[in-house]
Amino acid sequence: MTISSSFRAAVISIAIFVAFIAVWHLATRGSGQVANMDPEYAKLMGATATQGKSAMPGPLDVGATLWNHIKRPFYDNGPNDKGLGIQLAYSIGRVAIGYLLAVVVAIPIGFLIGMSPLMSRALDPFIQVLKPISPLAWMPLALYTIKDSSLSAIFVIFICSLWPMLINTAFGVSAVRKEWINVARTLEVGPIRRAFTIILPAAAPTIVTGMRISIGIAWLVIVAAEMLVGGTGIGYFVWNEWNNLSITNVINAILVIGVVGMLLDQILARFARLVTFPE
Amino acid sequence: MQKYISIEGIAKKYPKSGGGETAIFENLWLSMQRGEFTCIIGHSGCGKTTVLNILAGLDNPSQGAVIVDNEAIYGPSIDRAVIFQSHALLPWRTVLGNVSYAVTSRWKHRSRADNEAHARKYIDLVGLEGAEHKRPAELSGGMKQRVGIARALSIEPKILLMDEPFSALDALTRGTLQDEVRRICLTTGQTVFMITHDVDEAIYLADRIVLMTNGPGAVLAEIVENPLPKDRARNDFHKHPLYYGVRNHIIDFLVQRSKNFADEIAASGFDPRNVPVVRPGAVEPAVVASEPPSRAGAA
Repeated sequence: MTISSSFRAAVISIAIFVAFIAVWHLATRGSGQVANMDPEYAKLMGATATQGKSAMPGPLDVGATLWNHIKRPFYDNGPNDKGLGIQLAYSIGRVAIGYLLAVVVAIPIGFLIGMSPLMSRALDPFIQVLKPISPLAWMPLALYTIKDSSLSAIFVIFICSLWPMLINTAFGVSAVRKEWINVARTLEVGPIRRAFTIILPAAAPTIVTGMRISIGIAWLVIVAAEMLVGGTGIGYFVWNEWNNLSITNVINAILVIGVVGMLLDQILARFARLVTFPE
Repeated sequence: MQKYISIEGIAKKYPKSGGGETAIFENLWLSMQRGEFTCIIGHSGCGKTTVLNILAGLDNPSQGAVIVDNEAIYGPSIDRAVIFQSHALLPWRTVLGNVSYAVTSRWKHRSRADNEAHARKYIDLVGLEGAEHKRPAELSGGMKQRVGIARALSIEPKILLMDEPFSALDALTRGTLQDEVRRICLTTGQTVFMITHDVDEAIYLADRIVLMTNGPGAVLAEIVENPLPKDRARNDFHKHPLYYGVRNHIIDFLVQRSKNFADEIAASGFDPRNVPVVRPGAVEPAVVASEPPSRAGAA
């Protein structure tokens, strides 16, 4: 009997995970009592100096706080103490709004660029200059003009999601096979029906690939943007916990950011499978 | 005789890299009657596909015009269906979806059920019943081309244009599809213009075979009228006494005359508006066995 390769891969994954946790646990075990000192002085020195406890939290500490966060994701004890679920909801909400705005703008403009070589050439210099700008470089300008930190974060998400979708849509539309266009032409299919029945399905796999790249970038950028604008969101949470010197919470947030990013990518991957056609 | 399709002095020219123009062909004249099956045969690169694309309206001639049913054509029309060499099916649609797409383009205001029934009729006609809900990727090359044929016929076009429709198929499938296309075209009286490289295919299917010389500067050298009876059948048309005469005539043209046709023009004069029509007679195959082998080389 042969063991299926996915089962073997799972065994290796689990082995790597266990090894990582074990090494992490051993490395942060601490060295035991290090010195006897005056109790008043010991209070000032903290646990690392007095009890030899590692300054880096171990997997058990992280697991315990993570369990607390999972148990109470939506508590709200004022501006600087909100549950992880609330912070994530703010971040996901900003990403969703900025990203959907970008979809609404990028796909029609991408269609236009892909269909018209003239517009493609006319808009190319603008795209080439705007595309390489770090989305965070827009932040001061956004704050100055929009005068609202939360909207500025949404704007930054919009601007960073725009380019991959725009470029992929334009490429997908311009690369639609001539023979499919010719089929529509010989059937006297009008331009609007042609756009929806030939060009859109033919370009859909490329467009969705662009959307998948965009959601990845948007999720990368929202953390940095929220660190800058502050107030709410998972990025703000990370920075706030750093200021609290709660490394345990920082690690928790890092984990959660990774998991949400993976989920967002998987949603788009599923969407991509729906529109992909075999040839 | 009434001309149904009339190609009048068309040319296709491309700018040369060093200035000036290269003519793939120029001053090309040809007419076809309603219900006639015309094959065009010639070497690759002579511009056959360009002629077909101009007839389809997918390409524009640099000069000249094409008249169909007393009207000059501008752009593609649903009255002129094209069967593409690469079948050009929409891979995201099923067999029924591909044929229905064409049917709905033709009858925009008819009910969905009527259009679907119409599409199914043509899917059955090409022998694809049972495969309606398959996607092109699940079909063999022959089945894909059947879908292409069903799609083209389903819109009941006035003219059917075929660009080497069977060239990518194996011999057996090609034969079956030729039979079906011939049967359908004969029963419906379809006007057909087809490109082929296969001499036997042309003799089996066509009423007239147009011979085109090599490009650039290609011309229509001759129109061969097929002397075989209209009721010819696949299993014995190659045994007809006139078969070898036609076949040899076409092969001689493809092997030799297509290259040196400029010399023939120089020797005898040539009017591109009146392409000579030939009807190869009963030529027996050259007898080689009656001569002793020693003298065969000298003969």
